[in-house]
Amino acid sequence: MTQLASSAALKATMARYFQALGDAAERKTAPVAWCTSVGPAELLRALGFQVFFPENHAAMLGAARQANRVMPLAHAMGYSQDICSYLTTDIGAFRLDESPLASYGLRGVPRADILVFNTNQCRDVRDWFEYYGRHWQAPVVGIRSPRYLDEVREDDVDGVARQIEAIIPPLEAVAGRRLDAAALAETVRLSRRLSDLWGACLDTAAHRPAPLTFFDSTIHMGPAVVLRGAVEACTYYELLLAELEQRTLAGQAAIPDEALRVYWDGMPIWGRLRALSELFAEFRTNVVASTYCNSWVFSALDPDDPVHSMARSSLELFIVRSEQPKEEYLERMVQRYQVDGLIFHDCRTCPNNSNTRYGMPQRMTERLGLPTLVLDGDVNDLRCFSDEQARTNVEGFVELLTDRRPAGTR
Amino acid sequence: MRHWAGVDVGSWNTKAAVIDEARQVVGTAVVRSGADLKGASERALREALVAAALDPTRLVQVWATGFGRRSVSFAQGSRTELDCHARGVAAYVAGPLTVIDLGGQDSKVIRVGADGRRLAHRMNRKCAAGTGSFLEEIALRLGTDVSKLDALAGTASEDLELGSFCTVFAGTELLSLIRVGKRPGDLARAAYRSLIKRVIEMDVLQGTIVATGGVFGHHATMVRLLEGQLGRTVIVPPHPQEMGAFGAALAAQESSLIPAGKEASPPAARQDEDDE
Repeated sequence: MTQLASSAALKATMARYFQALGDAAERKTAPVAWCTSVGPAELLRALGFQVFFPENHAAMLGAARQANRVMPLAHAMGYSQDICSYLTTDIGAFRLDESPLASYGLRGVPRADILVFNTNQCRDVRDWFEYYGRHWQAPVVGIRSPRYLDEVREDDVDGVARQIEAIIPPLEAVAGRRLDAAALAETVRLSRRLSDLWGACLDTAAHRPAPLTFFDSTIHMGPAVVLRGAVEACTYYELLLAELEQRTLAGQAAIPDEALRVYWDGMPIWGRLRALSELFAEFRTNVVASTYCNSWVFSALDPDDPVHSMARSSLELFIVRSEQPKEEYLERMVQRYQVDGLIFHDCRTCPNNSNTRYGMPQRMTERLGLPTLVLDGDVNDLRCFSDEQARTNVEGFVELLTDRRPAGTR
Repeated sequence: MRHWAGVDVGSWNTKAAVIDEARQVVGTAVVRSGADLKGASERALREALVAAALDPTRLVQVWATGFGRRSVSFAQGSRTELDCHARGVAAYVAGPLTVIDLGGQDSKVIRVGADGRRLAHRMNRKCAAGTGSFLEEIALRLGTDVSKLDALAGTASEDLELGSFCTVFAGTELLSLIRVGKRPGDLARAAYRSLIKRVIEMDVLQGTIVATGGVFGHHATMVRLLEGQLGRTVIVPPHPQEMGAFGAALAAQESSLIPAGKEASPPAARQDEDDE
């Protein structure tokens, strides 16, 4: 595996983001809003907030393998082992006064002036934000989204758009300024630009051999999550896209001698990202695409209709949809990325992002004639993951996929 | 005559099987895995060669399988136990079939097509329910050895149910039943039935059903209860406990009979690249 040269720019971009957050929280250079990962970030940025995404923070704790050390405190506070381990990781770390943001000079998570959720992904995000709202006596506002949509209908979009409009006054009160329509349009334009660039980066993996892996993407998606609507994110993805296109032209593979290509559905397993990356590489298998990384591609964003297009974007997401559109989406991805099989991560504490529990892997095998593998694990709670079992599962799957290929191509 | 061997390093036992050119098993061995997996793999192979009355120099290749397959430093290749159980069974039984392999610490359901190739697999969650460890725990609670559990279940006269998913909770449930005077034989059979329930919920069982692994090999009650549950015959092939080792031996043979450069093995790292 070859590290992308853009990694240095990624680190610098993320560092500047965190330092700006730290300045806002500690030197009051700007108001701070917390936002769920697919919440109305453009609105917050247009109002001058520095925007913090606790899911990103929880993932950092997971990747640093700190989650299992801090979660027990949240469990003891009444937050069950069976609910979102992002939530229990983040709250546990907060109560222990620990944060990986210390390496960026922050004393901890930035104190929120207001917390803004969207339940389009799950209910847990609201419970999570309400904990902090109570703790800091800060306002918690949000969008109570319809879920499990067969199609995204205009009345659903209108309903969410009205909810977005309804949170503008309390946001303006905290921001100390009125929302400027031109600023919102510009933020949405930049967010759409970022989204298109990120989508183009992911699309390069359709090339054979693929120039990047799912594991690369989970790291390089950072700015697409936390800097929506910011020009520096666009600058970063222009750089990354150029490097990936260069790799594609040069035929440079992320996994040397790529033999197999698979798709990943569900959450990453942050504490085993490197181990899994190395495991697949060992078998010359590239996890070329994922639902997860593509969930930050918001193609509906339109600067000419900011609020409605934000509402539509939040509803078109994979996680908000019913089984039928999800299956159609996976079929399109399988065709676009020419994969040999699909891996579904059954994430123990994230039922909404585990598409294994209502028979989808079996239906996809029937529909596409492709083998599927269900991998048991969790986004952060490594008690739910067995290294040995995962290795046998993955290796057995690779054997199966290899044996299916025509002789002479193995 | 040339021979090949397979070594299956499992969580409890390490098994070895030696086959001849006609793919006949000529020697097997089962030893405790313990903490020294490399030593166990050497011991198992040595004992299988003794059973086959064969000099080690007659072996063309040895392949490894099982969770400890990377510890078998003398193996020339390896395949997962998923592959080896399917491969071994397909040598005895025509597909389409489903292999149910119950080992000490995991259970697997493996689907094999009409052409003998593996189609899919399911493994148990990270949990002892539905594995041989469950029977060890139950035997402990009943104050007997796991090797005597099958005979004990043979004395059962009352159908009892253990409702818990969890091995620990099932143990507690067992204690409650002991307290109200239920008989050990009935409790032993209830434990087997509980294990069967965990297994049949793993996947839809299609085609011929074949049972492998030490649990089926040593606990005939399991086979009878599974047949009762499914309403059909369950095939237990020869050497059910050594089926993985047999499959590894078959993989070794297949590899050495394929012309160089056309190996069917996956693009796996070599044994000596193991860094763990």
